[in-house]
Amino acid sequence: MNFFRWLLLTALLGFNIEASFAELNIEITKGVESATPLAIVPFGSDSAPVNVSGVVNADLERSGYFKMMDEQSMVNQPSTASAINFKEWQGLGQNYMVIGQVVSAGPGQYNVQFQLFDVYKSSQILGYKMASSGADLRKTAHYISDLIFEKLTGKKGVFGGRIAYVTTNAQRVHQVQVADADGYNPQTVAASIEPLMSPAWSPDGKKIAYVSFERKTAAIYIQTLTTGERVKVAEFPGINGAPAWSPDGSRLALTLSKDGSPDIYVLDLSSRALTKLSRSMAIDTEPNWSPDGSSVVFTSNRGGNPQIYIVSSQGGQEKRLTFSGNYNASASFSSDGRSLVMVQGNGNNYRIAVMDMGNHSVNVLTSGPSDESPSFAPNGSMILYAAKKGRVGFLSAVSLDGKMQQKLVFNSGEVREPSWAP
Amino acid sequence: MKLNKTLLAFAISAVFLTACTDDEKDASLTDGSQNASSGINDASTNGLGNGSGINGSGFSGGDYASTLGPEFNDPNNPLSKRTVYFMLDSSEVMPDFIPVINAHAQYLVANPTQRITLEGNTDERGAPEYNIALGEQRAKSVASMMKVQGVSDSQLNVVSYGEEKPATIGNEESAWEKNRRTEIVYLPK
Repeated sequence: MNFFRWLLLTALLGFNIEASFAELNIEITKGVESATPLAIVPFGSDSAPVNVSGVVNADLERSGYFKMMDEQSMVNQPSTASAINFKEWQGLGQNYMVIGQVVSAGPGQYNVQFQLFDVYKSSQILGYKMASSGADLRKTAHYISDLIFEKLTGKKGVFGGRIAYVTTNAQRVHQVQVADADGYNPQTVAASIEPLMSPAWSPDGKKIAYVSFERKTAAIYIQTLTTGERVKVAEFPGINGAPAWSPDGSRLALTLSKDGSPDIYVLDLSSRALTKLSRSMAIDTEPNWSPDGSSVVFTSNRGGNPQIYIVSSQGGQEKRLTFSGNYNASASFSSDGRSLVMVQGNGNNYRIAVMDMGNHSVNVLTSGPSDESPSFAPNGSMILYAAKKGRVGFLSAVSLDGKMQQKLVFNSGEVREPSWAP
Repeated sequence: MKLNKTLLAFAISAVFLTACTDDEKDASLTDGSQNASSGINDASTNGLGNGSGINGSGFSGGDYASTLGPEFNDPNNPLSKRTVYFMLDSSEVMPDFIPVINAHAQYLVANPTQRITLEGNTDERGAPEYNIALGEQRAKSVASMMKVQGVSDSQLNVVSYGEEKPATIGNEESAWEKNRRTEIVYLPK
């Protein structure tokens, strides 16, 4: 990109941010040592509004799995298979390469195609053609990233996903926002001078439940993202907090303190019937469902300090799950139910840890000191969480094996309580 | 290289944003009448972009209390103190604050139509929803001491903001200890 185009882009971004109030920026803080060399050759394009290959390059780069080839080091930039000299790309040390084209197909419509090649075998291993509107080109680019990522790693990509989070700016304005997983297209779901908390996606990704203190008392709302229409589902005396959708979307687990101490309840969203699930005199909060809906994990300090417990979603015996450390909280399951992510703290250092539900062994993934609110990506390979360095709050993502880490910085204030869309 | 350009682009954008929000702050400070509902924006950013609906001051301090009488502003009178502080992970009232709570309780008993809100708060460490629960325990500790003195339930409103409304921004103990607190907020009659 030449300097003037870059300057123009900067100006455009500036105005976008002014309008949308917030932007996230992603930095890779830790990548795998054995990253695979991969070249994304800039796609042949006739004036598409989005740099599709640039988006794909950025997606795959921040996954940490690949060492992306610098555009300037490419001797040639072929956009058709017949134009590739594989020997040349072998000489440049590339294992895989991607070429493609974005071709205009009528007003506002584009045909996008790409091919992934194994450079040493000189053969195509993946190829797709797809139609896209100009407005959907970023989405199409993320879809291409998902396809390439899955082909090369065997794991489902999460580049096409969305995240929700809470921001607080210097004027203490709180916003629940939804953005693409790369931080683009941030949209405000709700904003208030009073705190907003705990955004939770419905299983179909169409609604968000959140806690609002807008009336100087806690209430839980469910808001439909496309229409902005919202319904108040809980405003009992005391705490109305920690909403969590059942996997079938019919019920909401939540925390209420209307009878004294905070307890876990299940609210049937159609009948509005309320069932009490936990019954201690201590703090019980932060419920989250197992993927099959059969049980609910939660945080309780009934044993003197916060630990994770599990109970059948029909009610019954409450069983303690965590025994190491004096602060375990904010537990939630991976989509296969095999792992439970949580915050483990000791008063000064709060880190993200994962429990294997098979043998209950715990693996600490991050170094702290203020890591909180972990949320699994739908493919279970990454965990999104809130972190803090000095006074700056940001989002971070770490791979389940702890080997890769990336950072999402919100440019005007704090960003907290992230949640990956299902 | 590409990444660096992106970073720089965002840095410049951040400057635009800063300039813009400073203007907004000035505009919104003149408008103190906004209530919570007008600060809510239903799923669109319309109305937010120009800062309307946003009140410059986010804290409900004891401003109303200071209008109740000179004793609320006299530093030698315990009624001038309207914050009760707590130890880490504790909702137990420390002995230093018992005279403060007793003074407010006696005032409320003598003025049975006066209502207050006890706002429980925590420091920023740990889980946000767990901190909501901890903040409620801190507010309820103060409430139960007041009730023992004869303050009626109808005079006491309890809300917990957990770690969401820090009194001081900071990531060191000197800030944290100022944030682990229950604020006694007098409500207009």
